[in-house]
Amino acid sequence: MAEFFHMGGYALYVWGSFGVTALLMILEPILLHKRHQAAVRRVARIARMQRAEVRKS
Amino acid sequence: MSSRLINWFRFSSPATFYPLVGRLLPWVAASAVLLIGIGLYLSFFVAPTDYKQGEGYRIIFVHVPAAWMSMFIYLVMAFWSAMGLVFNTRLSAMMTQALAPTGAMFTFVALWTGAFWGKPMWGTWWVWDARLTSELILLFLYIGYIALTSAIEDTRRADRAGAILVLVGVVNIPIIYFSVEWWNTLHQGSTINFRKESSMTSTMLWTMLIMALGFWAYTIAAAFSRVRSIILERERNTSWAQELVAGEEVDKHG
Repeated sequence: MAEFFHMGGYALYVWGSFGVTALLMILEPILLHKRHQAAVRRVARIARMQRAEVRKS
Repeated sequence: MSSRLINWFRFSSPATFYPLVGRLLPWVAASAVLLIGIGLYLSFFVAPTDYKQGEGYRIIFVHVPAAWMSMFIYLVMAFWSAMGLVFNTRLSAMMTQALAPTGAMFTFVALWTGAFWGKPMWGTWWVWDARLTSELILLFLYIGYIALTSAIEDTRRADRAGAILVLVGVVNIPIIYFSVEWWNTLHQGSTINFRKESSMTSTMLWTMLIMALGFWAYTIAAAFSRVRSIILERERNTSWAQELVAGEEVDKHG
């Protein structure tokens, strides 16, 4: 196990590469999910406001 | 013949594209997770140790697919930009915008993993050689496109300006690709070459191709998700967008 993480002396370089790549490829989908939720909420809010205005007039 | 054309253009309308992409997204995302999972397993447990670079060469399994994607995504953006300028379809610019951040991310990954590979093998994190410099310019093109399109408030003008920037910058792609042949660079020549036999063992080659396929699926999923957000953000005042969102909210609760 320790030998696996040691990567034949290249641990810093191998894990530094895979680690940052993994971090970004996990972070981006999280941000994308949040952006989509925010967009859905915004459209829903606009729809509610328009319905309310229609009722008032 | 003409009915086929109509069918294609039907999907270029955001109102039909949004639900279509929404149905495809889970499958594409699942294939991305599966392919990258298999690719990682092969990268660490199946691919043999390199006789020259030891375990350090394993960086290739993220470096090369990321570098391919960085160039390929730009070409796809150039395609959509040209389509947008010629046919004046709104969706083209939305697709270009949906791809740009993922392209920038892969360009950064290619540069980062390149530095982490260069340090142990060449003894330096960075050199100003043709391959590395042109890839850095690619990162600036992505960032420039994102900055330009977000700085112009009028979306139509932003789309046109962005499309022109992407098309001008496309000359950089063949420069990156052929840089190792045109100039004497520190960067090694391409490992996979269509004109001669590959210098890798087939296990290494397969691992790299599966990772590349996984990155492909990841890119498609990311672009699909982002284009859905962009469609909603742009079409927020239309009744069809509001009906779609109402349907989605019902789906979640029901």
